[in-house]
Amino acid sequence: MSQTAAERFLEQYRTFESNGAGQSPEWIKKLRADAVRRFEETGFPTTRDEEWRFTSVKPIFEKEFALTGQPDREFDDNFIDPNAFRVAVINGKFSSENSVLEGLPEGVTVMSLAHASASHPDLVSRYLGKQAATGGNAFSSLSSAFLRDGVFVHVAAGVEVGKPIEILFAAVEEGVVEHPRVLVVAEPNARLQLVENFVGDEGSRYLRNCVSEIFVEEGAGVELCRLQRESKSAYHTATTHVKQERSSKFDATLVVLGSLIARHDLTYVLDGEGAEGTLRGLYLLDGKQHVDHNTVIDHAMPNCQSKEFLNGVLDGESHAVFTGRIVVREDAQKTDSKQSNNNVLLSESARVDSQPQLEIYADDVRCTHGATLGPLNEDSVLYLRTRGISEVEARRMLTYGFGVEIIDAIGIDGVRESLNQMVRDRLLVEV
Amino acid sequence: MIEIKDLHANVAGTEILKGIDLTVNPGEVHAIMGPNGSGKSTLAQVLAGHPNYEVTRGSVTYEGKDVLEMEPEERACEGIFLAFQYPIEIHGISNAYFLRAAVNSVRKHQGLEEYDTLEFLDVLDEKLKAIGWDDSLMNRPVNQGFSGGEKKRNEILQMAVLNPKLAILDETDSGLDIDALKTVAEAVNKLRTKDNSTILVTHYQRLLTYIEPDFVHVLANGRIVKSGGKELALELEARGYDWIKTDMAAAV
Ligand SMILES: Nc1ncnc2c1ncn2[C@@H]1O[C@H](COP(=O)(O)OP(=O)(O)OP(=O)(O)O)[C@@H](O)[C@H]1O
Ligand SMILES: [Mg+2]
Repeated sequence: MSQTAAERFLEQYRTFESNGAGQSPEWIKKLRADAVRRFEETGFPTTRDEEWRFTSVKPIFEKEFALTGQPDREFDDNFIDPNAFRVAVINGKFSSENSVLEGLPEGVTVMSLAHASASHPDLVSRYLGKQAATGGNAFSSLSSAFLRDGVFVHVAAGVEVGKPIEILFAAVEEGVVEHPRVLVVAEPNARLQLVENFVGDEGSRYLRNCVSEIFVEEGAGVELCRLQRESKSAYHTATTHVKQERSSKFDATLVVLGSLIARHDLTYVLDGEGAEGTLRGLYLLDGKQHVDHNTVIDHAMPNCQSKEFLNGVLDGESHAVFTGRIVVREDAQKTDSKQSNNNVLLSESARVDSQPQLEIYADDVRCTHGATLGPLNEDSVLYLRTRGISEVEARRMLTYGFGVEIIDAIGIDGVRESLNQMVRDRLLVEV
Repeated sequence: MIEIKDLHANVAGTEILKGIDLTVNPGEVHAIMGPNGSGKSTLAQVLAGHPNYEVTRGSVTYEGKDVLEMEPEERACEGIFLAFQYPIEIHGISNAYFLRAAVNSVRKHQGLEEYDTLEFLDVLDEKLKAIGWDDSLMNRPVNQGFSGGEKKRNEILQMAVLNPKLAILDETDSGLDIDALKTVAEAVNKLRTKDNSTILVTHYQRLLTYIEPDFVHVLANGRIVKSGGKELALELEARGYDWIKTDMAAAV
């Protein structure tokens, strides 16, 4: 009998653990062993699992993936923000020589996660894997099982980084699986703007399996901009866990342009009173692209606010899935939560499965949600036409406006401007 | 300028316009009044070319051309402008970008050179100055989050920039405070010439003291049931519409 995909990964794990990965500290080894045990129990999900009803991972594993690529690959400078501090991740590893971190203010640490685990074990072990271990899925378990390196960002209490920090995840080689890991800690009242920028070589088939854990402590403010521009033949699986303490602010914008199949599980735990979490997203899909966003906003404490707006533009035979769970726990009185998922379909073969899920255990809450799906609003098309704009151009403008609305809210200037141009080229000029 | 003959139109299978006859000559201002739901906006939308309104009978001729055969954008390029009763919000598109796209479409149609960004800003500046407004709404998405009055002002600004020959203003005065009403009326008056024409749909005599109409028409139940000079508006203000309905009933 041929080996299943899960068995192949387990075998790969055994080789990995008995080779170079063995130099890691004991607590990391234990973290890996626990994770591999979880993975062994679950295996990969199938479409019979409720959470994976609309996304089959089977095509991902039709061919094997090697665990590492060539060590001395050429590095393309694909940073998007001209003004940011720069971190390059190549082959899943922190690359010091391609990173630009001079001038980081005191109290800001940006370093290789492997080094940080060795040099600051107490600090790193307090956070690493704590969130992803609970409530993760098979892919986040694999990320922990193969945990080796990534990026550690730590901003000490009251420190403002001043410039954004951009992490560029360089293109993955054909046929390789990569498990890059990011750990971010913003201590009380710290301020941080972070960019996660994933790029790929067009036509290349690989799997990037990412986990980012972000801790936003009391009164801290973090803005994240996550840009996924993988190859359109590649697979991208991701888990983002955000834990917010009292009066903290976290604001994320996700932009998805690439990958053949992508699945992103994103959880915000609003774990302190007065925390505010915002999630905006834009996916522009065509061809046979399949993108699944599975979000959980967990209101655990009173007086928290969450806003979630995902917009999608779908062409070709692309397929978008959105599952937006909002949990309001018994203690979370005065919760204010908004959610919307709007999709513009440019082709008749494009498909969207959008499902809000509200679980409300408190009684004094305000939750609104809505989803739209379809072609453009015809009254808007007419309005533009009555101003002399041709029908084709009117539709283009409206589609662009629908997409760029998400981009325009980004607070990181360099990223906003570049993305605006990218969306403009894609939706307004070309078509 | 425009000649409407025996115009019938349906919305969702119901006949709303039941035989409209109206001729507007260059330089004239016509006011159309009438009860709610009588078909005023329907007439305006039919003239602008809204596809949801189906013309079942009659004709509309504009400068010798058959309007009903023209696409909405063609009508706009030929100089017909409708200020909407309920202006539409356009997400993500700034007012300035939208206005430039509009004016350039019209210029292209007229065989004129399109404006580049700087030229356009000059033109916009000039128009804003002419009507005495600032550019505070220019970089915001079209009509999004605008107050009722700001939306109406924005319609007039579009009109100023597009410089139409025939402007149809559908209740542009509704929802405006007295000062805003005056500035809108002044803006319209400044754009008036002996060559262009205006159709004003309104419920209020007040607008007509600022923009003096040459003719006033009453539209009721899909037909123009009475026409007169500007004094008709005063009479309507004093007596309402019931007496016209009574007159009509007596005439039948
Ligand atoms: N899309 C539609 N579907 C069904 N009925 C419609 C539609 N649009 C308009 N109508 C109906 O057509 C009639 C005329 O509407 P219209 O908007 O032209 O009136 P109006 O004279 O402009 O009124 P108001 O003074 O209130 O603006 C109304 O009874 C309205 O309900
Ligand atoms: Mg009306």
